[in-house]
Amino acid sequence: MDVNSNKYTIGFSIVMVVIVALLLAFASEGLKPMQNQNIEREKMQNILKSVGIEVTRDEAQDAYNKYITEAIVLNDKGEKIEGNAFKVDVLKEYKSGGQKNFPIFIYESEGNKKYIIPLVGKGLWGPIWGYIALEEDKNTVAGASFDHKGETPGLGAEINQEWFQEPFVGKKIFDESGEYQSIRVIKGGAPEGDKHGVDAISGGTITGNGVTEMLVRTLKTYEPYLKS
Amino acid sequence: MSESLFSKKNMKLIKDPLNDDNPITVQVLGICSALAITVKVETAFVMAISVLFVLIGANVIVSLLRKVIPSRIRIIVQLVIVASLVILVDQVLKAFVYDVSKQLSVFVGLIITNCIIMGRLEAFALGNKPGASFLDAVGNAFGYGIILIVVAFFRELFGSGTLTLPVVGKIEILTSLANNTGYEHNGLMILPPMALITVGIYIWIQRSRNRKLIEENH
Repeated sequence: MDVNSNKYTIGFSIVMVVIVALLLAFASEGLKPMQNQNIEREKMQNILKSVGIEVTRDEAQDAYNKYITEAIVLNDKGEKIEGNAFKVDVLKEYKSGGQKNFPIFIYESEGNKKYIIPLVGKGLWGPIWGYIALEEDKNTVAGASFDHKGETPGLGAEINQEWFQEPFVGKKIFDESGEYQSIRVIKGGAPEGDKHGVDAISGGTITGNGVTEMLVRTLKTYEPYLKS
Repeated sequence: MSESLFSKKNMKLIKDPLNDDNPITVQVLGICSALAITVKVETAFVMAISVLFVLIGANVIVSLLRKVIPSRIRIIVQLVIVASLVILVDQVLKAFVYDVSKQLSVFVGLIITNCIIMGRLEAFALGNKPGASFLDAVGNAFGYGIILIVVAFFRELFGSGTLTLPVVGKIEILTSLANNTGYEHNGLMILPPMALITVGIYIWIQRSRNRKLIEENH
């Protein structure tokens, strides 16, 4: 048989493509449940991390059920509406017009209540996201956790490190007169006593700006609820 | 007469890429990924394992099909085989070692364009038997993996003061020194340029020890 004839070449390509497509389809479908479970549990881990609870991926489900007593969906006026907060794709909500759903997770432990708000934004190379937890006064930050898809290792990628997230604790999103200020990542370091700023990462300016933009925009949409 | 799989000639296929014919330091292939994922030992290790798997799979499959692949579309066929294997690896990593797969992010996908793999397929698997191709793949993947791990070892140790090993986890080595004596981690080590310099130093040491690699003066 002539392996270089046109007929053979076309036949070979068709057979190869069909085999490869089947193989990959089976692999993808077979592994999907495990991948989705990983993604869901990671989300739970991130939510809990913002209130300072570190759990392994296997414990995430139980800890989530224990501490997060309420997960509600808000509309853009800050009113509670029907819906499954955990399943809301926050990224889509910011993009789409019309009716908007904004999830908020309420943590409760030993009479201590905290409000956890999901954040989504853009870094240098791709999406960044995180959760910020507010104390019962809905103003003081109780904790924050950030993560990213593919920021530069050692630079922008540091946003998921403890040293970057820790300074958010105790910052305030409203100033004394109740004006909305959000929290900003400040290049060159936040001045001492700044209630609305944290230190940026040197070499990670664009990622830092992404974090600022994400905080300003997201917290603004929750303003009606936080002020109520 | 068929020769044994572990004949002298075949063992050379494994040994050569480790030193005399190393894909990174001698052939200077696959440099890009060597720069990108050598910030931590663990990611370098997983990357090396992934390349090992893809290279063995692709080399053996291409070698088995070498007589039926139409030569006009052989590059496309090789690419399809490599790409499928890479997608499989990516899916498996996402399902079983989710954290590592997040760190490797796009670089697993970029194994497809790793010059070492296409290079071995073109240069070796298309003209040799599956057994020999298997050994060639093992040798080259180890040659690649060794460089990754050596580079990652120095970059992580001096850049972050830690060593993140697979299974064992993170070991703090220089961090207490940093806290007590004012020793500063060299932040430059975790930036891509230092990977290039580390590979360069490796090549320097390798060439000064291995006379065969020194080019003659013209």
